[in-house]
Amino acid sequence: MDILRIATAGSVDDGKSTLIGRLLYETQSITRDKLEALDSASKRKGLDFLDLSLLTDGLIAEREQGITIDVAHIYFSTPRRKYIIADTPGHFEYTRNMVTGASNAKVSLILVDARHGVVEQTFRHFFISAMLRIPKVIVCVNKMDLVGYSQERFEEIKREFEAIAAQVQFEGQSIEFIPISSLYGVNVTKKSEEISWYTGPSLLETLEAMDDQIKVDSSQAARFPVQYVVRPKTEEYHDYRGYAGRVASGTFSVGDEVVVLPTGQQSKIATIERFNEQLEQAHARESVVLTLEKDIDVSRGNMLVKVGQEPVQHREFSAQVCWLDYQALTPGKTLLLQHGINDTKAKVLALEELIDVQSLEKSSSPSQLKLNEIGSIRLKVAKPVFADVYAENPANGAFILVDEFSHATVGVGFVHA
Amino acid sequence: MSSFGDKSLIPTSALEKPVFPRELEDEAIYIMREVAAQFERPAILFSGGKDSITLVRLAQKAFYPGKIPFPLLHVDTGHNFPETIEYRDWLVKEVGAELIVRYVQDSINQGKAQEESGKYASRNALQTVTLLDAIEEFKFDACIGGARRDEEKARAKERIFSVRDDFGQWDAKRQRPELFDMLNGRISVGENVRVFPISNWTELDVWNYIKEEGIPLPSIYFSHQRPVFERDGMLWADSEYINKDTDEIPFEATVRFRTVGDMTCTAAVLSEATELDDIIGEILSAEISERGARMDDKRSEAAMEKRKQQGYF
Repeated sequence: MDILRIATAGSVDDGKSTLIGRLLYETQSITRDKLEALDSASKRKGLDFLDLSLLTDGLIAEREQGITIDVAHIYFSTPRRKYIIADTPGHFEYTRNMVTGASNAKVSLILVDARHGVVEQTFRHFFISAMLRIPKVIVCVNKMDLVGYSQERFEEIKREFEAIAAQVQFEGQSIEFIPISSLYGVNVTKKSEEISWYTGPSLLETLEAMDDQIKVDSSQAARFPVQYVVRPKTEEYHDYRGYAGRVASGTFSVGDEVVVLPTGQQSKIATIERFNEQLEQAHARESVVLTLEKDIDVSRGNMLVKVGQEPVQHREFSAQVCWLDYQALTPGKTLLLQHGINDTKAKVLALEELIDVQSLEKSSSPSQLKLNEIGSIRLKVAKPVFADVYAENPANGAFILVDEFSHATVGVGFVHA
Repeated sequence: MSSFGDKSLIPTSALEKPVFPRELEDEAIYIMREVAAQFERPAILFSGGKDSITLVRLAQKAFYPGKIPFPLLHVDTGHNFPETIEYRDWLVKEVGAELIVRYVQDSINQGKAQEESGKYASRNALQTVTLLDAIEEFKFDACIGGARRDEEKARAKERIFSVRDDFGQWDAKRQRPELFDMLNGRISVGENVRVFPISNWTELDVWNYIKEEGIPLPSIYFSHQRPVFERDGMLWADSEYINKDTDEIPFEATVRFRTVGDMTCTAAVLSEATELDDIIGEILSAEISERGARMDDKRSEAAMEKRKQQGYF
């Protein structure tokens, strides 16, 4: 059974929580006790309807303020697959949480209130989906009941959205539009007579039909970051040395010639093990243990790649960065750069560009990059980084920046071409 | 509930073929290995319940053919089901792991924790004191827990690597962003990290995994006869640890437990389920969530968040 990871975001009161609540409700993922708790909490707030947002706004501060602050993870399944929804805040001040929630998603759900059309947050969320290279975007034009299920209004919003999206959409990113009423369950899991002019699939049908986007691209270059060296030193496994890790991308087979980075030593894959099973192949995202034919020096942080598929060795490189910290990023700053599981010291040589996520205007050589801002920076690293270009291989093209003193994760970066 | 959606969406096929998404196991094993690599003194928080039993299996797999490189820590409330303790001791032998037990009773004796009084007295919240003391005593820098985001709404907000301060406190507003698979476990002296490898699993995923892996379980998860009494519409195991009212009269019933915690806060369900398939069937048609049978969460709407702020896992 596979998993589809979804990220949602939207502005306040566009009905996002109601949509998620509706999805859960109609796939029978809310139990009676949770519904009853919801009912009594809604009544305590003086509401005469079921406030489904209480399902996802789990923190005291969120309920106090009636807004989503942090990512909530919500789960439901159908006979076809398991779904994980990262429900992320739409406010500008929580852009970093939006990026956090969306970083693992294969589909991005963007809600638009049919009365208000495309607003600031709509585009910010789309920009992030493009930056992260999320292959599918589903625009749910919600509250169609409040515009009389008007086809004209829907088409108008669609045109408006497409015109803006075209500026940042990447080749291969598909956008679909669905007219919805979360409140009345129109086009959420089933179609409805209210919108006879809409002949497309419901939201759930669209999600259920997603297959290509979920399949991992096996043609990508094979990358295996070594996480942990397994050395049992027991009687039975006296000389055993296994390299444990999760295949980042591509496929490895027994007998493949591999290079160890950064040392450049070569060997062949002797075995691929998964607990007590012997495998012939290991695919992207599988956690396995590899053993090599030759007894060479391999440790945590090294990466095994296939001979002939070596990534570029970076000492200095440019990357797009989303800054996640209250203290602004300035040129000259030294940080820790974590690429996958490997880390190195990194120095910010220059801030090259700042992108206004709203107007798409770019300013060159900004003096700083503030919380939630996105820009291009140039970095110098203490030891080489073997990253791919993010657009070609996201699994090996992203990194995080960590503050040396507070240890907080302060930035996320995407390696440029 | 008659208005309860469309029954055709229930995954009935769940019972016939493997349905556990293996991607979740790959993810959890990856997290286990990051813990072993990034920390000096990690421990698995082991309660004897199905979630921590799952953690032990995942740890076994992550380091095979090597042994699990961290001890199991059991915070013993003294109000356990005897079946759980029996199972715990068997499992530790079976996998060759080290077991550390610390007792809530000791914290009470030392005056660090105070026994609750009244009808609803429970030692559940007191566990936090003993846990934080154990973290300090053994200088654990990472504690691996079996919490899942689907259990409860505050848990739905927590990161996989969740940094806690010197007092074990969780600050929901100051969580580190967690991007892609990159886990940042760097901490300052005094801080520690709670790690949740099965964050993305649901109750059903855990059961399907246990079934597909053939993992043995404590007998209380399966239907059995035991004396119980009724309180607040739920069935409680009759024990000396619960302060019963005079009208709360025990009777024999055929029950099982869906979740295993302190005897004072874990209710039983009437059940004839003797096999995993029966249990999975029950969960698929259940109208009550797993934690619906936990008194500890019902104390207030934010009960879990408040306990987590104090250092609960």
